[in-house]
Formats: sequence, structure tokens, C-alpha cells
Amino acid sequence: MSQPGGTDAVADTFPRLLQHHAAVRGDRTAIREKDLGIWLSWTWREVADEVRAAACGLAALGFKRGMTLAVVGDNRPRLYWSMAATQALGGIPVPLYQDAIAQEMLFVLENAEVEFAVVEDQEQVDKLLEIRAKYPRLKHIIYDDARGLRNYPNPELLSFDRLQELGREHDRAHPGFYQGEIDRGQHDDTAVMLYTSGTTGNPKGVCHTHSSLIAAARGDIAFDGFTAQDEVLSYLPMAWVGDHLFSYAQALVAGFCVNCPESSETVPIDLREIGPTYYFAPPRVFENLLTTVMIRMEDAARFKQRLFHYFMAVAKRCGAKIMDGRTAEVSLGDRLQYFIGDLLVYGPLRNVLGMSRIRVAYTGGAAIGPDLFDFYRSIGVNLKQLYGQTETGVYVCKQPNGKVKLDTVGPPLPGVEIRIADNGEVQVKSPGMLKEYYKRPDATAESITPDGWFMTGDAGFFDRDGDLKIIDRAKDVGKLKDGTLFAPQYIENKLKFFPHIKEAVAFGHDREMCTAFINVDLGSVGNWAERRGIAYSGYTDLAQRDAVYDLVQECVEKVNRDLATDAQLGNSQIRRFLVLHKELDADDGELTRTRKVRRGFIAERYAQLVNALFAGDTHCEIEGQIKFEDGRTGTIRADVKIRDAKTFPVVEARKAA
Amino acid sequence: MSASPHPNPPPPAAGEGAHNGARRIGDVLLSVENISLAFGGVKALTDISFDVREHEIRAIIGPNGAGKSSMLNCINGVYTPQQGRIRFDGQTFTSMAPHKAATMGIARTFQNIALFKGMSVLDNLMTGRNLKMRSNLLAQAFYVGPNRREELEQREKVEHIIDFLQIESVRKTPVGRLPYGVQKRVELGRALAAEPRLLLLDEPMAGMNIEEKQDMCRFVLDVNDEFGTTIVLIEHDMGVVMDISDRVVVLDYGKKIGDGTPDDVRNNKAVIDAYLGVSH
Repeated sequence: MSQPGGTDAVADTFPRLLQHHAAVRGDRTAIREKDLGIWLSWTWREVADEVRAAACGLAALGFKRGMTLAVVGDNRPRLYWSMAATQALGGIPVPLYQDAIAQEMLFVLENAEVEFAVVEDQEQVDKLLEIRAKYPRLKHIIYDDARGLRNYPNPELLSFDRLQELGREHDRAHPGFYQGEIDRGQHDDTAVMLYTSGTTGNPKGVCHTHSSLIAAARGDIAFDGFTAQDEVLSYLPMAWVGDHLFSYAQALVAGFCVNCPESSETVPIDLREIGPTYYFAPPRVFENLLTTVMIRMEDAARFKQRLFHYFMAVAKRCGAKIMDGRTAEVSLGDRLQYFIGDLLVYGPLRNVLGMSRIRVAYTGGAAIGPDLFDFYRSIGVNLKQLYGQTETGVYVCKQPNGKVKLDTVGPPLPGVEIRIADNGEVQVKSPGMLKEYYKRPDATAESITPDGWFMTGDAGFFDRDGDLKIIDRAKDVGKLKDGTLFAPQYIENKLKFFPHIKEAVAFGHDREMCTAFINVDLGSVGNWAERRGIAYSGYTDLAQRDAVYDLVQECVEKVNRDLATDAQLGNSQIRRFLVLHKELDADDGELTRTRKVRRGFIAERYAQLVNALFAGDTHCEIEGQIKFEDGRTGTIRADVKIRDAKTFPVVEARKAA
Repeated sequence: MSASPHPNPPPPAAGEGAHNGARRIGDVLLSVENISLAFGGVKALTDISFDVREHEIRAIIGPNGAGKSSMLNCINGVYTPQQGRIRFDGQTFTSMAPHKAATMGIARTFQNIALFKGMSVLDNLMTGRNLKMRSNLLAQAFYVGPNRREELEQREKVEHIIDFLQIESVRKTPVGRLPYGVQKRVELGRALAAEPRLLLLDEPMAGMNIEEKQDMCRFVLDVNDEFGTTIVLIEHDMGVVMDISDRVVVLDYGKKIGDGTPDDVRNNKAVIDAYLGVSH
């Protein structure tokens, strides 16, 4: 880190970092919260005092080194302080998802043997009191917002103010206690336990040490040049590793200011008021923001709409290139137009989105659509992708400024080693690696190889520029007969980015070629058909129209052209496809409840169609059972057409587009 | 009929025992004595008497046209009854004027939302503070000196209400652009801004969906609990009435046919016949 004076060597735990900032930049703002319409601020020195009072309060209640403390609620300064206070005493904070139901919380509380909890408000108190009936070990519940709790008779309840009062008394009675506790802290103590949601089985507690989180945060800060001048808005769930890094670990390492929004509904307004310089959000959030803009644009006056569309076309043409500093590729006329557009459209738009001051914005966690990604970059928001997971402290890959590509996640970060296993799985050694899964040596052994590589479960490879490309979950990746990697989800996602395609299912494992089932989007294609005067009676009718097949074929061939640029995946271009006669439906077991395709089940159910695809037939008659919404079943019969799609020669050494 | 499933969850476990004790229901705050009101030949109210105790939630129920809103209008002086008197806080009136009612600490909301549609939520709530402003119109217009300080004080009070009703995200949105349920909440907020002793709510949950009703119930209970405000409310949803009110008055064709705790009223023969229908 760039901090002169070399205090970093000593500040190897979060409580020590807090003391360091209180000493070095005691009067700078550390955290803000909007309350009653006003942004309240606390300086680093004030935060250090608040944390000290809370820590001593916890000690007065009997909190001992090694114990755990649950933190439940929206992003509130006092909840962050509780984490720091816990760490100061050598305890382990366990942030929980605030919208989890009591039952889900019970598991984590029991697993982590939690006796203390700091919660936001009445809603969470009610949940914990309900849990307490089944889990009497929970001894103390400390709340931030007292509203509605005045008449609760429960003796285990305590306000945060009262906790701090107790703490100050305790501090006066035992003057050396607090500093002594901080001094006893070791850099390899567990700093935090983050429970992973766990799609299968119960959640697992990922234990991170002070040193791993601090190392990950230092790496991130050096990579993007964050300083104490930066501002972030903390609005993502505190239990999520992303928020823990951005709003806690990185803030404590770099010393930048964290802003807590007034409530989850006011985030867009607060974002605009704060104007963070550094921003992180999953793709879903960026998508919602864009949708809001587009809807409001529809309501704008005709002239403004035309202005917007004209300049968005300019931005699409040259915005991303200008962002990447490749101005030589942009004509003078375009550069001039972009400049005017920036004054009239992009600047005001960034302002409305609260992104005027953003230097770096990150997204990750899921595939982001090309239109979405390009939109933000073209209006001058430096949106980049990163890759990482809870277990690696989200410190694996990041895209450097000016070298941003849609379908890769960038090169490994400094200090990170990556190897690709034989089955295509990405394995990682990262400074931000977890210590263990709490009380789950079996799971720890399953995820970390004996020689210290963390198995991500994701399949990927490096492209020509040395950027990592994540294609699928490793267990889903197969191989064609000629040995080409076959990543069904990667291909399906590419197809699904087209608005006309709702679902896609790719087949190809152990086959000579790759084929696909397509579901068209009834809304979007129906609209398209109406505009062309194509009459249709319903989904089945529409899906089998030649015009619709032409439309889909265009999309498939675009995907093929894209796949052809990739040496490893080039041969898995879609040779043949069909448009399914019915929409895939969770009620029929074809999709999971979270709308993921169940590939195996579909292959079995439509074995006839799959065989026809690979056999080279031009159509196939199919009859199948469907379940109506009221539970009755019926049969559906259709003659499904099958088409060949054009494929493209695989380009070995093509310049990055 | 609508002895519907409870629209709001029971108050938190801790509230159950503490409910009545903590709210310390006091002496009679308002009593209505032998009120009769007629519009020409139409008798809207005939010889109605009941009382409201400090800190309690009092519901007025009855079928359409029973005279519920007329009753509220008599209490806050919109209508002047031909007979009877109203005692509020020890003073007796044969007629009340709306401005007098307001200065004495009676605030109300309306069945049809009566907000300034073009003004922001914040400004609407600030209008509710008008009676609390001490400086004159001229000083207010120029926003100088003591007025500035005063305005800040008022704003803080209003912000507490915004926080209380959880409408932070629409603070600066013009009221006309808000959904109906939120507008109802804003109207409650404006009534609260006057820091009333007695709050008259005319069908606060009319036209709301279950979730909005639950929220509104919670707010009504919280107002009563946090500020100790006495509440008289008109409501059609029997589930709501039975859950949140301490005592209920039942009107039918302008006459009082029942008065007592929700349980008393539920078992009152006349009430069942007139309003609840035959119990199954």
C-alpha cells in the first residue's frame, strides 16, 4: 500500500487498522448515515470511540475471546461498529441476511453457537425472540432502532445506547482492558464468518482471517488506486462477502468513507446525493437502473427522446473506445459528437443515475448482457467485471482499466495463481483464501486440494490475452467426440441475450456436434409478428412459423460467429436447432423454480426430438403430456421442424474485436 | 359476511400482555351527548351519545349511510348538530368550528384523500404544522431570522413523522404521483404533523389491499402506542376493527345500536342483525 510511514506492518488486524486511521486521519469522515433526511457523519476518531464503548459493553455482558456475535439488519453504522467491536475482543462477527426467515437463521445461529446478537430493529428482534424459544443459548439481543420495542418485557433485550453506557462504565473501571484485548489479537485469528447460501444442503460458514481479508483488500486497493478520498455507498446485504469487502475490509484498509442509505427504498436517491467514486453491484441492479431510465425516457417529450436516441447511437458507436483511450480509432466527427452528447445527454444521465463521480464500477457474480454492459461503458461509466467467490475473498480476477472485454473476467490479480484442471475446472491460490469451513473439515477437504488449491467448481480457460474466461459450472461441462470443450450454459446464455429467445437448451456431450432447443419469447416475438402482420393462434403455432425460424436462425448464426472466434469452443458451434413446440415450464419439471433449465430431464423427456436433431431429420412428430395450471394433464401433439445453421471456420489467431 | 381472517398479524408476543397496561387508558377526553343532526327531512343522526377515553382506540362501525362520517363531521365542526352537545377536554360546546377543533388538538383524515396533489409529501406534511408556526405570514414568506430557525424545528418534527411512516423514499415526490395506499399514509402523516390529542380517521383502510391494510393497522397502533394519541376511526373491515380497537360504537340509520368491547359488539343481537349478518 502507498501509505508512507510504514504503519501497515503493525496494523495487521481490523481493530488496529481502525486505531491507525483514528491516529492518522482522525478528523476525516469515516462513515455517514442519512437519518431524518440529514446526512450524519462520524470521523475516524469518533468511530474509534464508538467501537471502544460497544466493545467494552459487550465485555461487560460477558463476551469472551473466541465467541461469535450475529449481526442482522440493513447497512447501519452501528452494525458495522459491532463487527469491529467484536473483532477488538477477539470474537468473530457473523453477519446474517436480514431477509432470512427465522427458520433459516436458527440453523446458522446454532451452527455458529451464537450467544450475542446485534440487530437493526423490531422486525429482527421479533425474529430472534421467536428463535430463542428453540435456541435458548442466545443470551443477549442488542438493537439499534428502539421503535416499537418500548414495551417489550424481555430481559435479554438491550439498546445499543445502553450497551455503550455499560461499556463506558466498564472502560472507566478497567482502563487498560480495551487496548490489552486489541494487542492480544493475531493476524491469523478468524476475523469474520460469512455463510454461503448453499444451493445444496445447509449453508457453510466460511472463516476468513484478518490477514487474508486485509491482503485481498490491499491487492484491490493497489490494483485500482483507491485512496482515503474515495466514497462508497453500502447498500448490499452485510452478510454478502461483496459488501463485507467493499464497505468494511477495503474501507478500513484504505480509510475511505462509507455511506449508509436511509432505507433500502431510498438507495437511488441516496446514490445521487452521495455520488460515490467507487461502486459495486450485481448485473441485476445495473439492469434495473437501466430499465428505470428507459421507462422515464418513454415519458419524455418528443424532442428529448430524439435527442436521447440520436446521442445514444453515437455513444454506442464510439463511447466504449473513448472510454478505453483508443481515441485513434474514432473519427474526429464522432469525437466531436460524443463531446456534445456528453454535455447534453451522457453527463445529465450519469447524474441521474448517481454515477457522476464514479471512477470504477464493478459487476460480477453472474453473466452480464452485452447491451447492458456497453450501455454503461458508452456513457462514460467505467464498468468492469471481476471474478471471485466468498471463499477467495473475491480476489481472483479483475479487468484492468482500458482492457475490458465482455466475456472475460480479466487476468489474475497480483499474487493470485490459477491453474486449469483436466476437467476444465478453475483452481485458485489467492491471498484472500478462506481459512476453513466452520466445523466442516469434510467440506474444507473437498474444496481445497492437499497442495492448497481452492476448487472453484467453475469451468474456464485463458484466452489469447491471458484473460480468464468463465464458461460454466465445471460439473456441467462436457466434451464433444472430437475433444472440443462443450459448455452448455455458456452457449445457452449467449442465445438468451437475444430478446427474442427466452430459453435455450444445448446438447453435445459425447456427440459429434452441438445442437440446441430454443424457446422463443412470446412477448417479444409475438410483438414482432404483429408488426409484420403474421397472425397466430398461440405459442405452438407461432413457434413453428418459417418466419420465426428465420429470426431464430439469425440469432443462432450470430452466436456461431462469436463461438468461432474462440479456439477452444469453436467446434461447439450449433449445427442444428429446433424451436420447441411448447414453453419450458417449472410445473412440468423442465425448469427449476429459479428458472434454470434441467438439461438431463429435458433430454429424457424429449429424447425423440434430440435423436431427430442428431440423426439429421428435417422434422419430427412429437406427442407429449403437459400439466395444466389446475393440475389436470393433457396431451400436446406437434410436428416440429429442424433446421441446419450456418457455421463459421474457427479463427485461430484473430485480433480481439 | 366479512368476519374475515385477521388482516393484520397479532401484535408481537410481548405486546399482548403489555398492551392495555402500557397505554394507560385515562379519563373521558371526548363525550358526545344526545347529538341529533338532520339535513332537511333526512335524519342523519338521532340522539347519539358515547364517550372516548384518553389513549384509547375507538371504532365507529355501521352499514353504508349509517351516519358514521356525519358523526366525525360533528365532532370536528364541519356540521353543526341541531341538538346535543360535545364535551372535549372539559369544555362543552353546542357547536364546534373546524379551526377551533384544530387548535384544541383534533386532527382528521378524510375518506376521499384531501391532500395538495401538486405539492411534495414534505410540503404537504409541513402544512400540517401550520398551526404550530408562531411567526407571521410575511416573515414566513421571506424565510429570515427567527422564522428560519422555526422552520428548521418544524422540519425536524416532520422528518420524525416521515421516518415513523416509512415514506423517506417519496419525501420529495409530488403526492399526485404516489399510489393510493401511500397517499393514505401521507394523509395520516399530515394529521399527525399537528400533534393532535384526538385523531379522527375516516376509513383509513378503504380500498387497500391486504398488505397495505396490515401496514396501516401497524401505523395506527404505533401512533396510539408511541404518541399516546387518542383515535376515533371509522372502518368497514370487521377484522381490522375487532383487532385494533378497544371499544366499538355501532350505528345504523343514524341510531346507536351497540356500544362496547369488540367481543360485546360481536355478540350483540341487534348488531348481528343489522350489520354482521347471521353468524355461522
